[in-house]
Amino acid sequence: MQNLPLLAGQKFQITIQRLCRQLIENHNDFSNSVIIGIQPRGIFLAERISAELKKIIPAASIQKGNLDITFFRDDFRRKEGLLRPSNTDIDFIIEGKNVILVDDVLWTGRTIRAAMDAIQAFGRPEKVELLALVDRRYSRHLPIEADYIGIKVDTIDSQKVIVSWKETDDKDQVLLLSEKTE
Amino acid sequence: MQTPAIQTLSTKHLLGIKDLTKRDIELIFETASTFKDVLNRPIKKVPSLRDITIANIFFENSTRTKLSFELAEKRLSADIINFAASSSSVSKGETLIDTVNNILAMKVDMVVMRHPYAGAGVFLSKHINAQIINAGDGAHEHPTQALLDSFSIREKYGEVAGKKIAIIGDVLHSRVALSNILCLQKLGAEVMVCGPTTLIPKYIASLGVKVEHDLIKALNWCDVANMLRIQLERQDIKFFPSLREYSMMYGLNKKILDSLDKEITVMHPGPINRGVEITSDVADSKQSIILDQVENGVAVRMAVLYLLAAKRG
Repeated sequence: MQNLPLLAGQKFQITIQRLCRQLIENHNDFSNSVIIGIQPRGIFLAERISAELKKIIPAASIQKGNLDITFFRDDFRRKEGLLRPSNTDIDFIIEGKNVILVDDVLWTGRTIRAAMDAIQAFGRPEKVELLALVDRRYSRHLPIEADYIGIKVDTIDSQKVIVSWKETDDKDQVLLLSEKTE
Repeated sequence: MQTPAIQTLSTKHLLGIKDLTKRDIELIFETASTFKDVLNRPIKKVPSLRDITIANIFFENSTRTKLSFELAEKRLSADIINFAASSSSVSKGETLIDTVNNILAMKVDMVVMRHPYAGAGVFLSKHINAQIINAGDGAHEHPTQALLDSFSIREKYGEVAGKKIAIIGDVLHSRVALSNILCLQKLGAEVMVCGPTTLIPKYIASLGVKVEHDLIKALNWCDVANMLRIQLERQDIKFFPSLREYSMMYGLNKKILDSLDKEITVMHPGPINRGVEITSDVADSKQSIILDQVENGVAVRMAVLYLLAAKRG
């Protein structure tokens, strides 16, 4: 395995801050907007984004939830094994709200499709937007694009993009993992 | 960092608790917890099993288990067909395998079966190609009931290990008792059975359970009392002189419950014979978690169906 850092250190922080500014541009004080992190890896980004937003606009009360999409996936029974479901913690009404879905990596778009299905169980949102820290472009299986993107990267299928967080993995960084070719 | 652990059950069917490992039971509980969240949402349905067809085959009467399975299947978006032996060709002399094969020819993926004879599920699993879930076979096993009982205990106390559970009443005729004993022991609980000698199987102590014939002693020992139903339909010979006498010796009433030095939890697998094994004021008291058991039943059955469907390639 070869590791290539795509984003780290100060540039990582600047990217997060830029995403927050872009959100504020569209959502003002977040009075009618909610942030939903997609389990299991999107919740760390959602947490970071909402913490950063609170620093920029301390007066706003930002609602944040976590959404598990395990039971809405379209690959159930089509691959080996089962994914362990995580918690869904959404303790507010989504009806009529602007929902910002947050995930770390946007790849095929299938997770986002499942998330859009899953969110319907909590009401009919006014609008759904997508924020992704990493966009693996040209690899979509579905017509889905993000509204807010941290970085865009060109990858091939055998590669992996891993986002690690200092809360759980010591370090804020985005890594590109490639199989070593002999 | 690492994608979440991928795991499945170790069995293809749910024929009895006997075949499950402790890890399987814990996996079912973890999955059931997330389904319980789903059941408390405005829209209580997920699409996981939308391409699965399930046949509910009941050769014996059932209200709770049948409704619970049906609801679990619907909440998972499965297609279902129901079949009750009393209104079918079984009464015309068709054999079990023929009946089920005919149903499978209609492209059914899973079968939920209740049957009056022990081992019917095992027999079927050897002859047909579908996932079988045992919803009670004679006086043998009733695995989903045991799972939901342990799940309810876990919910109430945080864990099952180290807890003392007394199973009281008609142990001899009860499939709930055997499944419960096996499940609780796998999870590390201590189990006692209590009832009149005629209703306690002779060699039950070989399962490693305590045997007690005095209700008050059993209640003073336990944290949880699981009161079994007197199976009036299986009392073809007399195991006790009269229902009145049984209820005087082994019936749980509020007076007994209040006289104990600690607050125990009361469970009942249903349907309750009010005034026989427990009185109404006990069944409806704060210490009873009978209705929680019913609620958890749907979540546990969803978990079982979901995990077994994944075994179907």
